[in-house]
Amino acid sequence: MAKSNKPIVWGPFAAGGTLTAFLTPILVLLTLLQPSGLSYESMHALASHWAGKVLFVVVIFLSLWSAAHRMRITAYDLGLRADAFVAALVYLAALGCTGAAIYYLLRI
Amino acid sequence: MSTREWVFRHPRYVRYMVREFSCLFIAGWTVLMVWGLKQLAEGPAAWAAFLELLRTPASIVFQLATLAFAAYHSITWFNLTPKALPLQVGESFVPGWVVAGAHFAGWAIVSALVLALAL
Amino acid sequence: MIQLEVLRYNPETDQEPRFQRYEVPFRDDWVVLDALNHVKEEIDPTLSYRWSCHMAVCGSCGMMINAEPKLACKTFVRDYSGVIRVEPLRHFPVERDLITVIDDFVAKLARVKPWLMPKEAPANGEYRQTPAQLKRYKQFTLCINCMLCYAACPEYGLIPGYLGPAAITLAHRWNRDSRDGGREARQEEIAAKEGAWECSFVGACSEVCPEHVDPAAAIQQVKIENTVDWYKDHLMPWLKK
Repeated sequence: MAKSNKPIVWGPFAAGGTLTAFLTPILVLLTLLQPSGLSYESMHALASHWAGKVLFVVVIFLSLWSAAHRMRITAYDLGLRADAFVAALVYLAALGCTGAAIYYLLRI
Repeated sequence: MSTREWVFRHPRYVRYMVREFSCLFIAGWTVLMVWGLKQLAEGPAAWAAFLELLRTPASIVFQLATLAFAAYHSITWFNLTPKALPLQVGESFVPGWVVAGAHFAGWAIVSALVLALAL
Repeated sequence: MIQLEVLRYNPETDQEPRFQRYEVPFRDDWVVLDALNHVKEEIDPTLSYRWSCHMAVCGSCGMMINAEPKLACKTFVRDYSGVIRVEPLRHFPVERDLITVIDDFVAKLARVKPWLMPKEAPANGEYRQTPAQLKRYKQFTLCINCMLCYAACPEYGLIPGYLGPAAITLAHRWNRDSRDGGREARQEEIAAKEGAWECSFVGACSEVCPEHVDPAAAIQQVKIENTVDWYKDHLMPWLKK
């Protein structure tokens, strides 16, 4: 049996899982509390800076990718056996949403 | 083997499924944030509308659910780190609780930092 | 007295499995294996099951006890109330009564090349290994091949081709042995799609393991090693010798 290319998708999954573990809870808390850091001025300033854009893209991509990978595994666990189809669907969705984020960031 | 056959056989499989389902909420919330970026790009009025959307009851329920699921993801993820990271020192290994504990501490620090930056 | 409800199946006479109830004495120090032996000796000599050491080192008596994979010799009847349901280990075909067909498991163990492939010829005919080097892989040597992990693993239940916890752990045991140089040879199996990559880290294998081998840990370590290797191979090919 040949060595699998699973690491291509698993690497970002592991990175994303780690990132979301550290970051997502506090970020969700922020969107709930809506402190001053979420004002238009602060957010626009952050998103205008190239480093801010990179930060947004990295967090969004890794969060979506790790979620997509988990959805693929879960679909299989729950009996959806068309793995190649599900994989294409979820990974393309993650890439698509990341693309959209990049598009919006470039307009800020 | 059907789902009903194995997921509900033992609490450990149910807990596994709950952990896996966290991805739906994290994905959903992230997509919501991408929508937010769109609103941010469209100007102050659009951004204000986005913040208001986040304050609707449905949004709040969704965010609270996401918070719970995301925290469950974090807890389960950090508790598993000792298995993936065996740290051998001489003839013994760094105890699991130290490895996991360091991650939990890091989680607290990162959260405090982000909170401080946002307030 | 306690009641055992045991799965019976004789391929020569039965169309399908059925359950048979036996009443056996309650002894405070009995394990389920003692109860089964009592059945076989005093009540029904046709009952078939595997067992040997009666002390959790041979791995023969794995079975489902109240739907949990357990060693019958390590499961005390005093810990149960009501009827104790005894079935053959899940995810394996049933040969007869509580005896399963373990060919798939044995074949998978062999596939990972679980023997020493020396890095270099030993000096003076001896391999030298420090206690620290031994400790590095010692935990993964404790497997008694009881297959409880295969019964607990939902991925093995869903994907029969999956190598499974014990086989992958065994490969990892040899990979981490300082005397061994066979990691690349084993990669064909454990780095393949049906190797470590079918694992979704449910962790049930480690929970049911009677020897605390922690196969889940071994598999995650294999995943990380293989991922690092993959990125090194593909992004830094000049590192290859």
